[in-house]
Formats: sequence, structure tokens, C-alpha cells
Amino acid sequence: MKKIYLDHNATTPVHSEVIKEMLPYYRDIYGNASSFHQFGQQARKAVEEAREKVVDFIGAKSGEIIFTSGGTEADNFAIKGVAYANQTKGKHIITSSIEHHAVLNSCKYLEKQGFRITYLPVDKYGLINPEEVKKAIEDETILISIMHANNEMGTIEPIAEVGKIAKEKGVYFHIDAVQSAGKIPVEVKELNVDLLSLSGHKVYGPKGIGVLYIRKGTKIQPLIHGGHHEKNKRAGTENVPGIIGLAKAIEIARITVKEEAIRLTNLRNRLWTSINEKIEDVFLHGHPQERLPNTLNLSFEGVEGEAIILDLDMKGIAVSTGSACTSGTLEPSHVLKAMGVNPRLAQGAIRFSLGEDNTQEEIDYVADMLSGIVSRLRGISPFYQKKESKDLYKGA
Amino acid sequence: MQYTEKVIEHFQHPRNVGEIENPDGIGHVGNPICGDVMELYIKIKDNIIVDVKFKTFGCGAAIASGSMLTELIKGKSIDEALEISNKIVVEALGGLPPKKTHCSVLAEDALKFAIDDYFKKQGKK
Ligand SMILES: Cc1ncc(COP(=O)(O)O)c(C=O)c1O
Ligand code: FES
Repeated sequence: MKKIYLDHNATTPVHSEVIKEMLPYYRDIYGNASSFHQFGQQARKAVEEAREKVVDFIGAKSGEIIFTSGGTEADNFAIKGVAYANQTKGKHIITSSIEHHAVLNSCKYLEKQGFRITYLPVDKYGLINPEEVKKAIEDETILISIMHANNEMGTIEPIAEVGKIAKEKGVYFHIDAVQSAGKIPVEVKELNVDLLSLSGHKVYGPKGIGVLYIRKGTKIQPLIHGGHHEKNKRAGTENVPGIIGLAKAIEIARITVKEEAIRLTNLRNRLWTSINEKIEDVFLHGHPQERLPNTLNLSFEGVEGEAIILDLDMKGIAVSTGSACTSGTLEPSHVLKAMGVNPRLAQGAIRFSLGEDNTQEEIDYVADMLSGIVSRLRGISPFYQKKESKDLYKGA
Repeated sequence: MQYTEKVIEHFQHPRNVGEIENPDGIGHVGNPICGDVMELYIKIKDNIIVDVKFKTFGCGAAIASGSMLTELIKGKSIDEALEISNKIVVEALGGLPPKKTHCSVLAEDALKFAIDDYFKKQGKK
């Protein structure tokens, strides 16, 4: 059976070049990067070289990159770390209602500790309004945290505009760039951000490694205490192979990002066009243009999402409903809800997220399979059938 | 999602899908949490369920549960059918993941409502 992976927003396979680069750091250069001897010093050198690659990738300065255990830790660190370090100034934070749970639940946690959080609404495309960010800023506001691009439907937020506002008002600005990095250019100066989260496993790097960019001079309190690693900001023996892998992955991404974005946009649009031709009553979620090149989030009227995923899975096609983290819950996506999507449609939402391994042939196969699956499931659905027969009666 | 072979088989080839014209009872239920919906139609003759059909806007487990339930009650008396709980449906399917138990409850509820509807129409209850 064919195996077609269209779930790259959940995670990506590790690039073979990345694995090749990582292997020596398990076998030969296995020293602790804090050790004095040559084993340690070799590892240290590699870690610092890797750090410079990250610096180049996002246009940061040396010393502004902290390695973490992943995107979740980077988000937690940015939000709680800035909140704790700046609470004498104020206890108000602004974020959006469509953030990843790493951000949302960090904010909820802070709420329990007396911080106030403003969750900005989004429009039907999932865009926040920079004017509303401006309006929400108070004297007490210490942090604005907005995702660069959404993991579920791919909408790209007006980060540069918010960055300008944050700068004017002197409020720290964090972006979750876990989904955007490697798919579209991510540049901290252009975007005017003070903090930025990245994750290895979304950019064809290993799992369990991430980055928090912290602009020089940003007041932040460490969350993990221990040895003097990462400039006393994040204790713990460095995950050397992970760091090497992440750096290699973004080094590749830096070269391929523009071309891959064009290729994936075409492929993604081809999928959308052929689904639209073959299947009636399909709804697109997310912004029609301001969207990640690889992401397509759709609802097929009258059909529930899990049933489609299961059917596709039997045909070897891997997609998901919204985010992998929330698909274990019964409630429909908080993102689609915030966008005002009809709850029944939201329940049927399917996310196709393409990646470098996908081909046109695969895309065409998926569209073909999908049309059969949707019509089968619509035959079982009490909603779709009724609608059809109603239309029939109307015609009579 | 870990589904048993039986669940997958019923999901792929659900029995008794559809509606019955002039049914003797209809059960229409929805799960407020997941928002999924099931409809069950029954035809009854001499206290026996002679025909049953279902439809669902639901997940794989809901489709399999509906299908299995219709198989279990077809040809049974009303009293026998009322003995069919969601547990029996789950057992017949070889088990469901714990998070998916409520999907089988959807099937049981649809049956209860359909029989209730039948009694109401009979003016019995
Ligand atoms: C937008 C966003 N932020 C954060 C994360 C968490 O990253 P990680 O899986 O590296 O902890 C994810 C991944 O699911 C994500 O999509
Ligand atoms: S998840 Fe709602 S019926 Fe299965």
C-alpha cells in the first residue's frame, strides 16, 4: 500500500543529511560540552558553531540564542520568564485566542497567579487586528505574544505591524515561529520581535530540541535551575546531537525555503483545486492568501473529521484534524471556534500539511481517494442526505 | 487511534445504513460534548423489530457502533432489544478505546429513543 504523509505540521521526518551530521555526536564526540578536556571542548565548539547558524537563520546577534527542549519549553520560557521578571512593572499580557496550547496554557497558568491576560479575537480568516493590539495595551502590559503562523489552518499574522506597535509602546513582543520557520522567511529585525520560539522537529530536524531567541537586554527569569548552562538562563547538559541536528536542519531550510515555498504552494493549490472539482460543499479555513504555503484546512459538509481521517489512513494517507495535540479531546478546535466557523463544520475540519517529500502524483491520488471517501460518508450522514433530498423536493 | 479489526470492518462496511419510510419509531440523539449525532429508524411487527436502519454524523466508532447495534437488534423482540446496552455493543466490537465509549452510548440512546417513540405512537406509555 502507498504511504503518503500529509501531516508535516505535526512533525517532519529528519533529513538524512541532518542525521549524518548528528551521528558523530553520539559516537565519537560525546563529551559534555561543559567539560574541560578535549572531548568536552570539541562538543562545545560544535554547539557554538550551531548557535551561530541559528543566529544567521533569524538575523539575531551572537549570544541571543538559548537552546531548549523544544517549542513548548521555548514558549513557556518566553511567557513565564518575562512575566516573572517584569511583574513589578505590571501583570498584564496580551495574546490571541488561536495560539498553540503551549502559549495558551502558559497564560492560563499565569492567570491563576494573578496575571491578567487579554485573549485577542480573530476575524473569519484567523487574523488578529494590530489596531486591537494597540487598544489592548495598558501601562501594566509587559508582554505581547502572538504566533507567526497558525498550526491548524496556516494563517500568517501581521507580525511586523504588531512588532512596530510593541516597540513604540515599549512592551516586550514574543512570537511563536514554530510553524513559520523553514516555511517562510523569519527575521527578527524585520519583524521587530524581542523573543521568538523555534522547534527542531517541524523543520526536518530532531524532536526534543528548540530555540528561544532573546533579544539582548530583555529581562527574563530562568525557569530551569541547575548548572551554569546557556548563560545561566537554562540549566541542563546540552543536547549536543539535537543542537547539531537543529542547526543543520535550519541551514538547509535557509537555502531551500524560497523555492520550496513556491513548490509547496503550487502543490497545495493543486490539491485544493482538484478537491474542489471533485467534491461539492467543501469549505476552506484560514486566509486565502496570507497562509503557510503547505497548509490546507478543509471541511466537507455533513461529514465528521475523524471518520475521514480513518478512511484515509486505511488508504495509507496520513492527515489530521486540527492539531495533533488536541485531537485527543472531543471538543472541536479552539482555533476554528475563534474564527466563528459553524461548529458542525468545525467538527469535520481536516488539515493537510504538505512537505518536501510530497509529489504531484501523491496529491492527485489523495484527491481521488478523498472524493470516494466523502461521498461514502455522506451516504451515512443524516445531515448531508437530508439536504440533498430537500433540494430534490424543491426541484419537483 | 487503536481500533479493533471488527470496528474497522463495520466502519468500512456498515450494515443497515439509511432511513425507513414510515417507521414505527425514530430515535434522534446528539452528544453535547463531541457534537456527534445518530438517528435510528425501526419497523416493528408483532413486537419484533423486523427492520432497522441508522445514520450518523459521527466518528469511526460511532459508525461501527450504529452498525453493530442494528445487527444485534434486528429480528429481536422489543424486550430483548432493550437489553442491548452500549456495553454489549462494545463487547461485540471487540472493545473500543476508553475515550470512545460515549460513541457506543450514542447508539444505545438512539435505540431507547426509537423504542420510546414507538410506544408513544402506539399510545401505550
Ligand atoms: C505553533 C506551535 N507552537 C508550539 C509547538 C510545540 O512545539 P514542540 O512540539 O517542539 O514542543 C507546536 C507543535 O505542535 C506548534 O505547532
Ligand atoms: S467522538 Fe463523538 S461519537 Fe465518537
